Amino acid sequence: MAGIIEIDNLSKQYGSGTKALSNVSMSIEEGEIIALLGPNGAGKTTLISIICGLVEASSGSVSVGGHDLRKEWRAARKLIGLVPQEIALEPFEKVINCVRFTRGLYGEKPDEAYIEQVLRSLALWDKRDAATRELSGGMKRRVLIAKALSHRPKVLFLDEPTAGVDVALRREMWQVVEQLRKDGVTIILTTHYLEEAEEMADRIGVINHGQLLLVKSKDELMGEFGKKTLTIEVDAPLEAIPSGLAGRGLVLSQDGSCISYEYDTRAERTGIARLLGDLATNGITVRDVSTRQSSLEEVFMSLVESDKSEDAA
Amino acid sequence: MNASINWPGVWAIFHHEMMRFFRTIWQSMASPVVSTVLYFVVFGAAIGGRIQSVEGVPYGAFIVPGLMMLTVLQQSVSNASFGIYFPKFSGTIYEYLVSPVGWIEVTMGFVGAAAAKAMLIALIILGTSFFFVGVHILHPFWMLAFLFLTALGFSLLGFIIGLWAKSFEQLQIIPMMVITPLVFLGGAFYSANMLPPFWEAVAKLNPVLYLISGFRWSFFGLADVPVGVSLMAVALMVGVCFAIIRWIFATGWRLRE
Repeated sequence: MAGIIEIDNLSKQYGSGTKALSNVSMSIEEGEIIALLGPNGAGKTTLISIICGLVEASSGSVSVGGHDLRKEWRAARKLIGLVPQEIALEPFEKVINCVRFTRGLYGEKPDEAYIEQVLRSLALWDKRDAATRELSGGMKRRVLIAKALSHRPKVLFLDEPTAGVDVALRREMWQVVEQLRKDGVTIILTTHYLEEAEEMADRIGVINHGQLLLVKSKDELMGEFGKKTLTIEVDAPLEAIPSGLAGRGLVLSQDGSCISYEYDTRAERTGIARLLGDLATNGITVRDVSTRQSSLEEVFMSLVESDKSEDAA
Repeated sequence: MNASINWPGVWAIFHHEMMRFFRTIWQSMASPVVSTVLYFVVFGAAIGGRIQSVEGVPYGAFIVPGLMMLTVLQQSVSNASFGIYFPKFSGTIYEYLVSPVGWIEVTMGFVGAAAAKAMLIALIILGTSFFFVGVHILHPFWMLAFLFLTALGFSLLGFIIGLWAKSFEQLQIIPMMVITPLVFLGGAFYSANMLPPFWEAVAKLNPVLYLISGFRWSFFGLADVPVGVSLMAVALMVGVCFAIIRWIFATGWRLRE
């Protein structure tokens, strides 16, 4: 079954000659949350901007809800809501009027009950009559979300939704996204914060140099690229790794009290049982063991780094 | 849906623009009314004392259509150019580009509101003039038709200026350097027939002369140029402006990358 968004061989070259996207293809399923990760200038915002109509693609096609973005642009755009990266609001306009205005632009008749519901869900109802310039940065960002939701879009784009906001507000934003997921809205977000992608996304797409390096489910990505580290605390500090344990990449901590062993979770044999057995054979008593999964940040860095080295080659 | 017009979208833009006008009602209304009163005092009372009548029309009454045109032109251009420039300046232009409104809805919303505001102010000026001079309108229908077409044409021009402008300086330079001189040299306060033959010929190169002449004809039945030519001039202007706006939206010039 076709996804709610189908992107086929999308490329964008700006007038200056900069190639921002190269043959990007992907399918986004209805109801999922997908995070697009990538360093600055990777092409994330260009991709979102093309789908939303802000930037013209050089080649390739996009369909939203089965509507081609070029031929049936009105029907396609009606399904989309966009929360831009930069806060852009009419400074002297009331919050509620901003939301009503956006609803009108999307060709929807006034629906005060729905607008109240949206504003309440974003904790903006008490501020409905305030001019947007009087609001805090976090509230302004929520007004942008309210505007983007004003016409009940099926797909919501959040371009760096928590860029430059404090930790408490970021958590608050995550809750909003979680609620939207429950309501069945498909969400595509770009972010620099890997923690954010890890927290919210079902699937993660990694973009670098305008190319989509991969799109995988978060668990799959972590499993595939994630490494685990086993830390073994020994009873008596060691001066060096015994020669009988050499060749396994073991690392001894500075004080000699811990041995670290990195293993691949996908391997048929992780080598843990054998290592523990060999430790006993070498007369080392184990006091405690713990494991740590590599974070998405490390996964992301390793992907981007390997992309760089391929480029260099 | 591509073929049909998104009317709620047009209304949203029109209503939003009109609300801004009413939010600053004193600024919007008082300033043109005060200017008009000053024009009546300076041109009507001071100069009018020396020029008794122009082609049989008392000078005070003769300048009323010119004053209305002056205001319509200035207000149409400034309202429409500011209306579309401000979203570009504040960044909210993205909304018009991502929502299901095309060039026709955006143009109707912004230009419709700018023209409506300009016409409203012109009619207020007409009302104000009744306090100073007796004005009889010979062809009220044509007066409204000229008023509408002129407001539409210059709102379209202002809309193009707003789309083109990259700064507030650019936004003001064309109204200041081109439109105001054209209005003053277009016979707002005199008849082109009063000029020496050479300057009369030069004046007839000014497109604004045709608008003021046609508009004055609707009041007094007097015209510097045939009324049909005036109508053609304004219709041509409307058509050219529509074509330029359509091209801007089709290519995304100064709008999208």
